[in-house]
Amino acid sequence: MTENTMLEVRDIKRDYELPGGLFKPKKIIHAVKGVSFKLERGKTLAIVGESGCGKSTLARMITFIDEPTSGDLLIDGKKVDTRPGHLTQEMRQKVQIVFQNPYGSLNPRQKIGDVLGEPLAINTGMSAEERRHRANEMLKKVGLGPEHYNRYPHMFSGGQRQRIAIARALMMNPKLLVLDEPVSALDLSVQAQVLNLLADLQDEFGLTYVFISHDLSVVRYIADEVMVMYFGEAVEYGTRDEVFSDPKHEYTRTLFAATPRADIESIRARIARKNAAKAVA
Amino acid sequence: MALLQIDNLTVEFETATGWFKAVDGVSMSVEKGEVLAIVGESGSGKSVAMLAVMGLLPWTAKITADQMLFEGRDIQKISPAERRKLIGKDIAMIFQEPIASLNPCFTVGFQIEEVLRIHLGLDKKERRARAIELFKQVGLPNPEERLNHFPHQMSGGQCQRVMIAIAIACNPKLLIADEPTTALDVTIQKQILDLIMSLQAKNGMGLIMITHDMGVVAETADRVVVQYKGRKMEEADVLSLFESPKSNYTKALLAALPENATGDRLTTVSAFFDGNPEPTPGVSA
Repeated sequence: MTENTMLEVRDIKRDYELPGGLFKPKKIIHAVKGVSFKLERGKTLAIVGESGCGKSTLARMITFIDEPTSGDLLIDGKKVDTRPGHLTQEMRQKVQIVFQNPYGSLNPRQKIGDVLGEPLAINTGMSAEERRHRANEMLKKVGLGPEHYNRYPHMFSGGQRQRIAIARALMMNPKLLVLDEPVSALDLSVQAQVLNLLADLQDEFGLTYVFISHDLSVVRYIADEVMVMYFGEAVEYGTRDEVFSDPKHEYTRTLFAATPRADIESIRARIARKNAAKAVA
Repeated sequence: MALLQIDNLTVEFETATGWFKAVDGVSMSVEKGEVLAIVGESGSGKSVAMLAVMGLLPWTAKITADQMLFEGRDIQKISPAERRKLIGKDIAMIFQEPIASLNPCFTVGFQIEEVLRIHLGLDKKERRARAIELFKQVGLPNPEERLNHFPHQMSGGQCQRVMIAIAIACNPKLLIADEPTTALDVTIQKQILDLIMSLQAKNGMGLIMITHDMGVVAETADRVVVQYKGRKMEEADVLSLFESPKSNYTKALLAALPENATGDRLTTVSAFFDGNPEPTPGVSA
């Protein structure tokens, strides 16, 4: 294991148990069936797959929300004891998560300043004034201003809320940020701004990203490495160029073929096909 | 004669600070057998304009238009009873959330047969036969068994297929698809789009595809209307829209696509576009 590895996952598994009834036997769902990968500091790993493939479960395990059934999780070269009650505070601070839906992940009754100050209040002994100062600094970093400190979430647009969620995740100076579909609820123009912001923050803080998405055009733009998941298994794993230029697995090829293409040649080809079909009929 | 022709449509909602124009003087038309895509971000009024055509807006909305012609008949002037005969039969709509737009209390068979009973007056046996035929057409496996299922027993993609079957049950002349694939995975999206396009080609329907996804536009449309803040920014055929966009807003949208990224940062919309919802001078909108 090299010095530079931020996150290593070894054969991690997660089963969910569906309780049985009087006549129904217990059922076990294998949500993640043994996934391994290594991620270098400052790089971005994109995890792609359709709903139900286990990508969010994997994210929950990396951020200690869920305990893996088996397998090892190494962060910054240290093996993490994921049993409840055994996590160190330092570990928790190193890993943060940004959720998909910025409308659901912010408390509607909490002011933005308090949203950002809360992690500091819980984890550090900072004074209220210092917390306020840090929160204002972070607001500036994500492209908002001190005038937003006393506002409530409903006063912001979707893109601004996602900025706030990113700012909250960054308050504890994490090393690893897990982004669970951070732009899929956003409009195209706002999506570009948020992706640029993520790239800026990665350069500034040397962050490592685990970026979960189902949008291949976004993945192609942001990722260094790509993992494709299908029914709980990693069916494809490699650098971005390897995966996009030469997909090995059948499912990856299906996924690429299904992605709508917006370049001029494919529009020309489609119109030509359509006219040909009309001429025959 | 155009299948649907809308001239100068305005939809307003009353808010605490006065009337808000969700759709502001939009005109458009669809020919028989044509695929028109309406693109825009959330809040651009693309869905509201079509809901106004369907008559599905709440009574609080103020709808004004110079004319809304469907096959030469102004649908603003016909009686509600006549309109109900038109909607669901000649004009049908597919909605964004397939699971939410089906009634959870009834089997999907009941829901599709209801359309056939009301609009076509088929008897019980004919209804069942037609429903099975429709389910086969949209590619649902075991259609006979499927008819007795409730929406919650099916996946999102299957529910969307049921919605499509209901929409095409009476061979509509115009199909409005409001973000039909936004809630679905890419592989399912591909199947649903292929299905809609093959039905459109086979039945020669007019199709209005409402979407925010430039990829979907590129894969389906003949002609495109770009909307922003209730205004029409640009109208062009699909090739010239992607090749040589005229309005600054369209340019900005295309530049913000991740696949068009040059260098290590994306072009944001503000680089081209100042947020002014006036059409760019020189654009035929």
